[in-house]
Amino acid sequence: MTLPRPSFLRSIVLLAAAAAAAMLAFAQQAPPTATRFVVVLDAAHGGADRGGRLTSGQPEKAVTLALSVRLRSLLAARGIAVITTRESDITLDPDTRAAVANRANAQVCLNIHATESGSGVHLFVSSLASAPAARFVPWKTAQAVAITRSVALAGALNAALLHAGMNVTLGRTALITVDSMTCPAVAVELAPQRGPDNAITAQPDDPEYQASVASALAAAILEWRSEAGHMEARMP
Amino acid sequence: MIPRYQKVIFILLLLASLGMGAELWHLRERAHQRLLAGETTAPTKAPIVAPAEEATLLVANDMDGSLTPQERSLPLPADPGVRARVLLGKLLDLYAAPDAAHPVPGGAAGVGQVFLMPVPGANTKNSSSPGALLAVVNLTGAFAAGHPSGIETESLTVLSMCGTLRANLPDVAEVRFLVDGQQRATLAGHADLTRTYLTADAAPTGTTTQ
Repeated sequence: MTLPRPSFLRSIVLLAAAAAAAMLAFAQQAPPTATRFVVVLDAAHGGADRGGRLTSGQPEKAVTLALSVRLRSLLAARGIAVITTRESDITLDPDTRAAVANRANAQVCLNIHATESGSGVHLFVSSLASAPAARFVPWKTAQAVAITRSVALAGALNAALLHAGMNVTLGRTALITVDSMTCPAVAVELAPQRGPDNAITAQPDDPEYQASVASALAAAILEWRSEAGHMEARMP
Repeated sequence: MIPRYQKVIFILLLLASLGMGAELWHLRERAHQRLLAGETTAPTKAPIVAPAEEATLLVANDMDGSLTPQERSLPLPADPGVRARVLLGKLLDLYAAPDAAHPVPGGAAGVGQVFLMPVPGANTKNSSSPGALLAVVNLTGAFAAGHPSGIETESLTVLSMCGTLRANLPDVAEVRFLVDGQQRATLAGHADLTRTYLTADAAPTGTTTQ
Protein backbone atom coordinates (compact mmCIF):
# COMPACT_ATOMS: atom_id res chain seq x y z
CA MET A 1 0.00 0.00 0.00
CA THR A 2 1.38 3.43 -0.98
CA LEU A 3 0.77 6.62 1.01
CA PRO A 4 -0.66 9.68 -0.87
CA ARG A 5 1.88 12.28 -1.83
CA PRO A 6 2.16 15.44 0.35
CA SER A 7 1.20 17.74 -2.57
CA PHE A 8 -2.04 15.82 -3.06
CA LEU A 9 -2.94 16.14 0.62
CA ARG A 10 -2.14 19.87 0.53
CA SER A 11 -4.51 20.41 -2.40
CA ILE A 12 -7.33 18.51 -0.61
CA VAL A 13 -6.92 20.66 2.51
CA LEU A 14 -6.91 23.84 0.40
CA LEU A 15 -10.07 22.78 -1.43
CA ALA A 16 -11.86 22.01 1.83
CA ALA A 17 -10.82 25.35 3.32
CA ALA A 18 -12.05 27.20 0.23
CA ALA A 19 -15.40 25.40 0.33
CA ALA A 20 -15.85 26.19 4.03
CA ALA A 21 -15.03 29.87 3.44
CA ALA A 22 -17.52 30.05 0.55
CA MET A 23 -20.29 28.46 2.65
CA LEU A 24 -19.61 30.85 5.53
CA ALA A 25 -19.74 33.87 3.19
CA PHE A 26 -23.03 32.62 1.67
CA ALA A 27 -24.54 32.08 5.08
CA GLN A 28 -23.63 35.63 6.14
CA GLN A 29 -24.92 37.28 2.96
CA ALA A 30 -28.14 35.32 2.39
CA PRO A 31 -31.24 36.80 4.07
CA PRO A 32 -32.83 34.63 6.79
CA THR A 33 -35.42 32.34 5.20
CA ALA A 34 -38.94 32.93 6.54
CA THR A 35 -40.65 29.92 8.12
CA ARG A 36 -43.09 28.44 5.61
CA PHE A 37 -46.67 28.69 6.89
CA VAL A 38 -48.15 25.20 6.67
CA VAL A 39 -51.59 23.98 7.71
CA VAL A 40 -52.27 20.30 8.35
CA LEU A 41 -55.86 19.11 7.98
CA ASP A 42 -56.61 15.72 9.49
CA ALA A 43 -60.00 14.32 8.48
CA ALA A 44 -60.64 11.89 11.33
CA HIS A 45 -61.56 8.22 10.81
CA GLY A 46 -61.66 6.70 7.30
CA GLY A 47 -61.56 3.27 5.69
CA ALA A 48 -62.53 0.55 8.14
CA ASP A 49 -62.95 3.14 10.90
CA ARG A 50 -66.32 4.66 10.06
CA GLY A 51 -66.50 6.87 13.15
CA GLY A 52 -69.93 7.75 14.48
CA ARG A 53 -73.15 7.51 12.52
CA LEU A 54 -74.99 10.77 11.97
CA THR A 55 -78.76 11.19 12.08
CA SER A 56 -78.90 11.33 8.28
CA GLY A 57 -77.24 7.91 8.11
CA GLN A 58 -73.92 9.26 6.81
CA PRO A 59 -70.82 7.87 8.52
CA GLU A 60 -68.66 10.42 10.31
CA LYS A 61 -65.66 9.60 8.07
CA ALA A 62 -67.46 10.94 4.97
CA VAL A 63 -68.44 14.23 6.64
CA THR A 64 -64.93 14.87 8.00
CA LEU A 65 -63.40 14.24 4.57
CA ALA A 66 -65.89 16.56 2.88
CA LEU A 67 -65.12 19.38 5.33
CA SER A 68 -61.37 18.79 5.01
CA VAL A 69 -61.50 18.99 1.20
CA ARG A 70 -63.65 22.12 1.36
CA LEU A 71 -61.30 23.84 3.80
CA ARG A 72 -58.21 22.75 1.87
CA SER A 73 -59.61 24.38 -1.29
CA LEU A 74 -60.36 27.64 0.52
CA LEU A 75 -56.88 27.83 2.08
CA ALA A 76 -55.06 26.85 -1.12
CA ALA A 77 -56.95 29.57 -2.99
CA ARG A 78 -55.48 32.07 -0.51
CA GLY A 79 -51.95 30.82 -1.09
CA ILE A 80 -51.58 28.78 2.08
CA ALA A 81 -49.67 25.51 1.91
CA VAL A 82 -51.97 22.72 3.07
CA ILE A 83 -51.11 19.12 3.87
CA THR A 84 -53.97 16.69 4.35
CA THR A 85 -53.61 13.35 6.09
CA ARG A 86 -56.07 11.75 3.70
CA GLU A 87 -57.81 12.66 0.46
CA SER A 88 -59.82 9.47 0.12
CA ASP A 89 -61.51 6.77 2.18
CA ILE A 90 -58.41 5.11 3.63
CA THR A 91 -57.62 3.74 7.08
CA LEU A 92 -55.01 5.67 9.05
CA ASP A 93 -53.86 5.01 12.60
CA PRO A 94 -53.42 7.94 15.03
CA ASP A 95 -49.61 7.68 15.01
CA THR A 96 -49.46 8.04 11.23
CA ARG A 97 -51.67 11.12 11.37
CA ALA A 98 -49.51 12.71 14.06
CA ALA A 99 -46.35 11.79 12.15
CA VAL A 100 -47.63 13.63 9.05
CA ALA A 101 -48.29 16.75 11.14
CA ASN A 102 -44.98 16.58 13.00
CA ARG A 103 -42.92 16.12 9.82
CA ALA A 104 -44.64 19.12 8.23
CA ASN A 105 -43.55 21.43 11.07
CA ALA A 106 -46.98 23.03 10.71
CA GLN A 107 -48.21 26.23 12.30
CA VAL A 108 -51.82 25.01 12.40
CA CYS A 109 -53.11 21.45 12.80
CA LEU A 110 -56.86 20.82 12.67
CA ASN A 111 -58.23 17.40 13.61
CA ILE A 112 -61.70 17.34 12.02
CA HIS A 113 -64.65 15.39 13.47
CA ALA A 114 -68.46 15.36 13.20
CA THR A 115 -71.19 14.30 15.61
CA GLU A 116 -74.94 14.13 15.93
CA SER A 117 -74.96 15.30 19.56
CA GLY A 118 -74.61 18.82 20.90
CA SER A 119 -74.91 22.04 18.99
CA GLY A 120 -72.80 24.14 16.61
CA VAL A 121 -69.03 23.73 16.47
CA HIS A 122 -67.05 22.15 19.30
CA LEU A 123 -63.42 23.21 19.66
CA PHE A 124 -61.16 21.02 21.79
CA VAL A 125 -57.58 21.53 22.94
CA SER A 126 -55.58 18.71 24.51
CA SER A 127 -56.04 18.39 28.26
CA LEU A 128 -52.31 17.75 28.76
CA ALA A 129 -50.52 20.15 31.11
CA SER A 130 -48.16 22.59 29.42
CA ALA A 131 -44.50 21.56 29.35
CA PRO A 132 -41.37 23.47 28.30
CA ALA A 133 -40.02 22.84 24.82
CA ALA A 134 -37.33 20.21 24.64
CA ARG A 135 -35.21 18.55 21.96
CA PHE A 136 -36.88 15.21 22.58
CA VAL A 137 -40.46 14.83 23.83
CA PRO A 138 -42.50 11.69 24.59
CA TRP A 139 -44.63 10.78 21.59
CA LYS A 140 -47.89 10.25 23.49
CA THR A 141 -47.65 13.65 25.23
CA ALA A 142 -45.85 15.64 22.53
CA GLN A 143 -48.67 18.19 22.42
CA ALA A 144 -47.69 19.39 25.91
CA VAL A 145 -44.98 21.62 24.40
CA ALA A 146 -47.54 23.39 22.17
CA ILE A 147 -50.48 23.74 24.55
CA THR A 148 -50.15 27.51 24.99
CA ARG A 149 -50.19 28.08 21.21
CA SER A 150 -53.02 25.56 20.79
CA VAL A 151 -55.17 27.46 23.29
CA ALA A 152 -54.41 30.70 21.43
CA LEU A 153 -55.33 29.04 18.12
CA ALA A 154 -58.62 27.79 19.61
CA GLY A 155 -59.31 31.38 20.70
CA ALA A 156 -58.74 32.63 17.14
CA LEU A 157 -61.02 29.93 15.68
CA ASN A 158 -63.65 30.65 18.34
CA ALA A 159 -63.64 34.38 17.52
CA ALA A 160 -64.05 33.75 13.79
CA LEU A 161 -66.86 31.21 14.27
CA LEU A 162 -68.72 33.49 16.69
CA HIS A 163 -68.29 36.34 14.20
CA ALA A 164 -69.90 34.10 11.57
CA GLY A 165 -72.89 33.56 13.89
CA MET A 166 -72.05 30.01 14.92
CA ASN A 167 -72.72 28.47 18.31
CA VAL A 168 -69.31 27.40 19.70
CA THR A 169 -68.39 25.16 22.64
CA LEU A 170 -64.80 25.23 23.91
CA GLY A 171 -63.28 22.40 25.91
CA ARG A 172 -60.25 20.30 26.78
CA THR A 173 -60.10 16.61 25.97
CA ALA A 174 -57.81 13.61 25.55
CA LEU A 175 -57.45 12.52 21.93
CA ILE A 176 -54.64 10.16 20.96
CA THR A 177 -53.95 11.90 17.62
CA VAL A 178 -53.91 15.48 18.96
CA ASP A 179 -51.89 14.53 22.05
CA SER A 180 -49.09 13.28 19.78
CA MET A 181 -48.83 16.44 17.64
CA THR A 182 -46.15 19.05 18.28
CA CYS A 183 -47.91 21.82 16.31
CA PRO A 184 -50.62 24.17 17.59
CA ALA A 185 -53.49 21.69 17.33
CA VAL A 186 -57.24 21.96 17.77
CA ALA A 187 -59.89 19.29 17.29
CA VAL A 188 -62.86 20.75 15.42
CA GLU A 189 -66.10 18.80 15.87
CA LEU A 190 -69.00 19.74 13.65
CA ALA A 191 -72.35 19.22 15.44
CA PRO A 192 -75.86 19.98 14.17
CA GLN A 193 -76.76 23.64 13.88
CA ARG A 194 -79.70 24.43 16.17
CA GLY A 195 -82.18 27.25 16.43
CA PRO A 196 -83.20 29.09 19.62
CA ASP A 197 -85.65 26.29 20.51
CA ASN A 198 -82.90 23.66 20.10
CA ALA A 199 -84.52 22.39 16.91
CA ILE A 200 -81.98 21.23 14.33
CA THR A 201 -81.69 23.66 11.41
CA ALA A 202 -78.75 22.01 9.62
CA GLN A 203 -77.06 18.63 9.90
CA PRO A 204 -73.25 18.31 9.80
CA ASP A 205 -73.44 16.87 6.27
CA ASP A 206 -75.38 19.88 4.96
CA PRO A 207 -73.14 21.41 2.22
CA GLU A 208 -74.19 25.01 2.99
CA TYR A 209 -73.53 24.56 6.70
CA GLN A 210 -70.14 23.02 5.95
CA ALA A 211 -69.31 25.87 3.57
CA SER A 212 -70.05 28.52 6.21
CA VAL A 213 -67.99 26.68 8.84
CA ALA A 214 -65.08 26.16 6.41
CA SER A 215 -65.20 29.83 5.46
CA ALA A 216 -65.03 30.92 9.10
CA LEU A 217 -62.17 28.51 9.82
CA ALA A 218 -60.25 29.77 6.76
CA ALA A 219 -60.71 33.37 7.92
CA ALA A 220 -59.39 32.44 11.37
CA ILE A 221 -56.34 30.71 9.89
CA LEU A 222 -55.56 33.76 7.72
CA GLU A 223 -55.77 35.94 10.82
CA TRP A 224 -53.55 33.48 12.68
CA ARG A 225 -51.00 33.60 9.85
CA SER A 226 -50.82 37.39 9.92
CA GLU A 227 -50.40 37.35 13.72
CA ALA A 228 -47.68 34.72 13.42
CA GLY A 229 -45.97 36.90 10.78
CA HIS A 230 -46.08 39.94 13.10
CA MET A 231 -44.65 37.93 15.96
CA GLU A 232 -41.79 36.66 13.76
CA ALA A 233 -41.09 40.20 12.55
CA ARG A 234 -40.83 41.38 16.16
CA MET A 235 -38.41 38.58 17.03
CA PRO A 236 -34.70 39.64 16.90
CA MET B 1 -126.21 -63.78 41.79
CA ILE B 2 -122.88 -61.99 42.48
CA PRO B 3 -120.13 -64.34 43.65
CA ARG B 4 -118.76 -63.73 47.14
CA TYR B 5 -115.19 -63.14 46.04
CA GLN B 6 -116.32 -60.27 43.74
CA LYS B 7 -118.13 -58.57 46.64
CA VAL B 8 -115.01 -58.78 48.77
CA ILE B 9 -112.86 -57.29 45.96
CA PHE B 10 -115.36 -54.47 45.40
CA ILE B 11 -115.42 -53.55 49.09
CA LEU B 12 -111.61 -53.63 49.30
CA LEU B 13 -111.27 -51.41 46.19
CA LEU B 14 -113.88 -48.98 47.57
CA LEU B 15 -112.03 -48.74 50.89
CA ALA B 16 -108.72 -48.22 49.10
CA SER B 17 -110.24 -45.42 46.98
CA LEU B 18 -111.68 -43.69 50.02
CA GLY B 19 -108.36 -44.06 51.85
CA MET B 20 -106.39 -42.57 48.96
CA GLY B 21 -108.88 -39.73 48.64
CA ALA B 22 -108.54 -38.95 52.32
CA GLU B 23 -104.74 -39.02 52.08
CA LEU B 24 -104.83 -36.71 49.06
CA TRP B 25 -107.02 -34.24 50.93
CA HIS B 26 -104.69 -34.38 53.91
CA LEU B 27 -101.60 -33.71 51.75
CA ARG B 28 -103.31 -30.79 50.03
CA GLU B 29 -104.18 -29.24 53.38
CA ARG B 30 -100.60 -29.65 54.58
CA ALA B 31 -99.22 -27.98 51.41
CA HIS B 32 -101.68 -25.11 51.78
CA GLN B 33 -100.70 -24.59 55.41
CA ARG B 34 -97.02 -24.67 54.48
CA LEU B 35 -97.62 -22.04 51.76
CA LEU B 36 -99.50 -19.77 54.15
CA ALA B 37 -96.77 -20.15 56.75
CA GLY B 38 -94.13 -19.22 54.11
CA GLU B 39 -95.99 -16.05 53.11
CA THR B 40 -96.12 -14.75 56.62
CA THR B 41 -92.37 -15.12 57.09
CA ALA B 42 -91.45 -13.47 53.72
CA PRO B 43 -90.27 -9.81 53.87
CA THR B 44 -93.01 -7.41 52.88
CA LYS B 45 -90.63 -4.52 52.01
CA ALA B 46 -87.07 -4.17 50.74
CA PRO B 47 -84.44 -4.30 53.47
CA ILE B 48 -82.64 -1.06 54.19
CA VAL B 49 -78.97 -1.70 53.32
CA ALA B 50 -77.62 1.78 53.87
CA PRO B 51 -78.89 5.10 55.17
CA ALA B 52 -79.64 7.86 52.66
CA GLU B 53 -76.94 10.49 52.38
CA GLU B 54 -76.46 13.68 50.43
CA ALA B 55 -74.34 13.10 47.33
CA THR B 56 -73.15 15.43 44.60
CA LEU B 57 -73.37 14.24 41.00
CA LEU B 58 -71.61 16.18 38.26
CA VAL B 59 -74.17 16.03 35.47
CA ALA B 60 -73.21 16.73 31.85
CA ASN B 61 -75.15 18.73 29.28
CA ASP B 62 -74.46 18.22 25.57
CA MET B 63 -76.03 21.51 24.51
CA ASP B 64 -73.47 23.74 26.20
CA GLY B 65 -70.79 21.22 27.17
CA SER B 66 -71.25 22.01 30.87
CA LEU B 67 -70.84 19.90 34.01
CA THR B 68 -73.38 20.95 36.65
CA PRO B 69 -73.31 19.72 40.28
CA GLN B 70 -76.64 18.20 41.37
CA GLU B 71 -77.40 17.34 45.01
CA ARG B 72 -79.13 13.98 45.48
CA SER B 73 -80.18 11.93 48.51
CA LEU B 74 -78.99 8.36 47.97
CA PRO B 75 -78.56 5.24 50.13
CA LEU B 76 -74.78 4.92 50.08
CA PRO B 77 -72.93 1.86 51.39
CA ALA B 78 -70.02 2.35 53.76
CA ASP B 79 -67.44 0.52 51.63
CA PRO B 80 -65.74 3.17 49.44
CA GLY B 81 -65.49 0.97 46.35
CA VAL B 82 -69.16 -0.02 46.45
CA ARG B 83 -70.04 3.59 47.28
CA ALA B 84 -68.20 4.78 44.17
CA ARG B 85 -70.01 2.20 42.04
CA VAL B 86 -73.42 3.27 43.40
CA LEU B 87 -72.61 6.94 42.70
CA LEU B 88 -71.52 6.28 39.12
CA GLY B 89 -74.50 3.97 38.61
CA LYS B 90 -76.86 6.73 39.70
CA LEU B 91 -75.11 9.16 37.36
CA LEU B 92 -75.55 6.77 34.42
CA ASP B 93 -79.20 6.25 35.40
CA LEU B 94 -79.71 10.00 34.95
CA TYR B 95 -78.12 9.78 31.49
CA ALA B 96 -80.36 6.85 30.53
CA ALA B 97 -83.54 8.82 31.38
CA PRO B 98 -85.67 9.79 28.35
CA ASP B 99 -85.27 13.55 28.85
CA ALA B 100 -81.55 13.51 29.69
CA ALA B 101 -79.46 16.47 28.54
CA HIS B 102 -76.59 14.03 27.96
CA PRO B 103 -78.33 10.92 26.60
CA VAL B 104 -76.37 7.70 27.05
CA PRO B 105 -78.15 4.32 27.07
CA GLY B 106 -77.29 1.60 29.55
CA GLY B 107 -77.90 3.09 32.98
CA ALA B 108 -76.37 1.82 36.22
CA ALA B 109 -75.55 -1.56 34.70
CA GLY B 110 -72.88 0.19 32.63
CA VAL B 111 -70.50 0.25 35.61
CA GLY B 112 -69.21 -3.23 36.42
CA GLN B 113 -66.94 -2.52 39.38
CA VAL B 114 -64.90 0.30 40.87
CA PHE B 115 -61.61 -0.58 42.53
CA LEU B 116 -59.85 1.91 44.79
CA MET B 117 -56.10 1.63 45.40
CA PRO B 118 -53.30 3.95 46.44
CA VAL B 119 -51.84 6.09 43.68
CA PRO B 120 -48.42 4.60 42.83
CA GLY B 121 -45.86 6.44 44.97
CA ALA B 122 -48.50 8.27 47.04
CA ASN B 123 -47.51 6.60 50.29
CA THR B 124 -43.81 7.38 50.07
CA LYS B 125 -42.21 10.01 52.31
CA ASN B 126 -41.56 12.44 49.45
CA SER B 127 -45.10 12.22 48.04
CA SER B 128 -46.88 15.54 47.55
CA SER B 129 -50.28 13.88 47.96
CA PRO B 130 -50.14 11.21 50.68
CA GLY B 131 -53.23 9.02 50.84
CA ALA B 132 -54.30 9.84 47.28
CA LEU B 133 -56.32 7.07 45.64
CA LEU B 134 -56.53 5.74 42.10
CA ALA B 135 -60.01 4.61 41.05
CA VAL B 136 -60.15 1.93 38.38
CA VAL B 137 -63.60 2.00 36.81
CA ASN B 138 -64.55 -1.14 34.92
CA LEU B 139 -67.24 -0.33 32.37
CA THR B 140 -69.23 -3.00 30.57
CA GLY B 141 -68.72 -3.70 26.89
CA ALA B 142 -72.42 -3.13 26.27
CA PHE B 143 -72.19 0.36 27.75
CA ALA B 144 -69.18 1.29 25.57
CA ALA B 145 -70.81 -0.21 22.47
CA GLY B 146 -74.01 1.77 23.04
CA HIS B 147 -72.32 5.07 23.89
CA PRO B 148 -72.96 7.83 21.31
CA SER B 149 -69.85 8.65 19.26
CA GLY B 150 -68.31 12.12 19.44
CA ILE B 151 -65.55 14.04 21.18
CA GLU B 152 -67.88 16.16 23.29
CA THR B 153 -70.28 13.43 24.39
CA GLU B 154 -67.50 10.96 25.24
CA SER B 155 -65.39 13.56 27.05
CA LEU B 156 -68.40 14.70 29.09
CA THR B 157 -69.14 11.14 30.18
CA VAL B 158 -65.55 10.58 31.29
CA LEU B 159 -65.21 13.97 33.00
CA SER B 160 -68.57 13.76 34.77
CA MET B 161 -67.58 10.37 36.20
CA CYS B 162 -64.22 11.74 37.36
CA GLY B 163 -65.87 14.85 38.81
CA THR B 164 -68.55 12.82 40.63
CA LEU B 165 -65.89 10.63 42.23
CA ARG B 166 -63.89 13.70 43.32
CA ALA B 167 -66.98 15.44 44.75
CA ASN B 168 -67.92 12.50 46.98
CA LEU B 169 -64.60 10.74 47.56
CA PRO B 170 -62.06 13.59 47.82
CA ASP B 171 -59.14 11.17 48.19
CA VAL B 172 -59.66 9.92 44.64
CA ALA B 173 -57.06 11.88 42.66
CA GLU B 174 -56.73 9.73 39.54
CA VAL B 175 -59.09 7.57 37.49
CA ARG B 176 -58.41 4.89 34.93
CA PHE B 177 -61.05 3.21 32.80
CA LEU B 178 -61.30 -0.40 31.65
CA VAL B 179 -63.94 -2.02 29.47
CA ASP B 180 -64.85 -5.60 30.43
CA GLY B 181 -61.62 -5.73 32.44
CA GLN B 182 -59.41 -4.85 29.48
CA GLN B 183 -57.71 -1.64 28.44
CA ARG B 184 -59.42 -0.07 25.44
CA ALA B 185 -58.13 2.70 23.15
CA THR B 186 -61.24 4.87 23.17
CA LEU B 187 -64.70 4.94 24.70
CA ALA B 188 -66.62 5.12 21.39
CA GLY B 189 -63.99 6.16 18.87
CA HIS B 190 -62.78 9.43 20.42
CA ALA B 191 -62.05 9.90 24.15
CA ASP B 192 -58.71 8.29 25.03
CA LEU B 193 -59.16 5.55 27.64
CA THR B 194 -55.48 4.55 27.73
CA ARG B 195 -54.47 7.52 29.88
CA THR B 196 -54.90 8.25 33.57
CA TYR B 197 -57.37 11.06 34.23
CA LEU B 198 -56.82 13.57 37.02
CA THR B 199 -60.02 14.29 38.92
CA ALA B 200 -58.77 17.86 39.48
CA ASP B 201 -59.29 18.46 35.73
CA ALA B 202 -63.02 17.63 36.01
CA ALA B 203 -64.17 20.89 37.53
CA PRO B 204 -67.86 21.85 37.39
CA THR B 205 -68.73 24.53 34.83
CA GLY B 206 -72.38 25.12 35.72
CA THR B 207 -74.33 26.29 38.78
CA THR B 208 -75.48 23.87 41.47
CA THR B 209 -79.01 22.46 41.09
CA GLN B 210 -81.11 20.37 43.45
